[in-house]
Amino acid sequence: MSVYYVQKLMYNLNRDPDLRERFDKDREDVLSLYKLTDEELEALTKPDIGLLYVMGVNGQILMHYAAIFNMPWAEYLRVMEEGLEKHGPVRSGLYVMSESNEK
Amino acid sequence: MSLVYAGMCCHAPGITVRPEQADPELLAGLHAAFDQQRQAIEDAGAEVLVMVSSEHFANFFMDNMPTFSMGIADEYESPIENPDWLKVPKVTIPGSPDLSQRIIGQLLETVDISWAQEWKFDHGLAVPLNFLTPEYKMPIIPVNINCQAPPLTPLHRAWALGKALRQAIDAVPEKVALISTGGTSHWPCTPESGKINLEWDKVLVDQLIHKRKDELLDYKFQQTFIDGGAGAGEMRTSICVAAACEETVGEVLFFEPIPVFATTCVIATFFQG
Repeated sequence: MSVYYVQKLMYNLNRDPDLRERFDKDREDVLSLYKLTDEELEALTKPDIGLLYVMGVNGQILMHYAAIFNMPWAEYLRVMEEGLEKHGPVRSGLYVMSESNEK
Repeated sequence: MSLVYAGMCCHAPGITVRPEQADPELLAGLHAAFDQQRQAIEDAGAEVLVMVSSEHFANFFMDNMPTFSMGIADEYESPIENPDWLKVPKVTIPGSPDLSQRIIGQLLETVDISWAQEWKFDHGLAVPLNFLTPEYKMPIIPVNINCQAPPLTPLHRAWALGKALRQAIDAVPEKVALISTGGTSHWPCTPESGKINLEWDKVLVDQLIHKRKDELLDYKFQQTFIDGGAGAGEMRTSICVAAACEETVGEVLFFEPIPVFATTCVIATFFQG
């Protein structure tokens, strides 16, 4: 259930310009507000979009987090593929049912 | 009778983000169909446009996810996405709070719908409105169905919302148009993004146009996800609007897969009063 707070952070960053500004200035400060595992914290800090996808973050939220880091669309799609290769199948959420998850 | 027009349209962000990458003929056809729908709404004398959409975690989150929600605000900000990215203007769109109140009051007799004073439109509304109400003067009432976060709204409940909406809209004196956005196959924001299941889309749109209730309500969650991707959950919006005008056979104005928009783009009329 912890990936919930990863997604909550992303949701809040989308909606709250003040939080977004604070995030841009001091990422660690904002991340400390959320109940995150060490792995989640590391993935968010890097950011490791591929690992976040594998953890089960919904793409509709994840794409906005990637956009914060000015990640081009083609790269966003590529790093998810790489995430599957490096970290294994999606662990939770909708995409557990995906065909790409079975490869 | 105050429902004057009903239909469905597509809302893929690519339509405004990267139109130059689409086949020019297909793009021109899509724009012409949006314009045809805009004209039909205006010719019907619609005073308010009720938009049934599936927003993408812009306003509603898993901390308190409504099965259904309707906007009740004086006005709405649009878009929540960076307007320079979505390439639609940042605007304030008028609502119709008094009409929202009356419709919600009626809906609550049979449907548990939540309501919201704050609602920032995401591409699910901002993209179609860019074409359907380009002056942003027509009052909009947004409706959301949970098509994103499982457990999703059951299909028969989306159908029931459509029936209740029709009853509520027909009970008010205002002329109301009703539009659903989204529902064809797509795999948004995932490694499979760009995949389109054209045959599946053909069947779905035919069922919607002919309001084949039993077939529409027979889709199963996991099989739909496999056949149509996570984005196909948005079929709930169009099932809802189809139910609102079950008595009529609709007409497809545009149906073309546009790979760079990552979905089959559809514009259709379900009801013309």
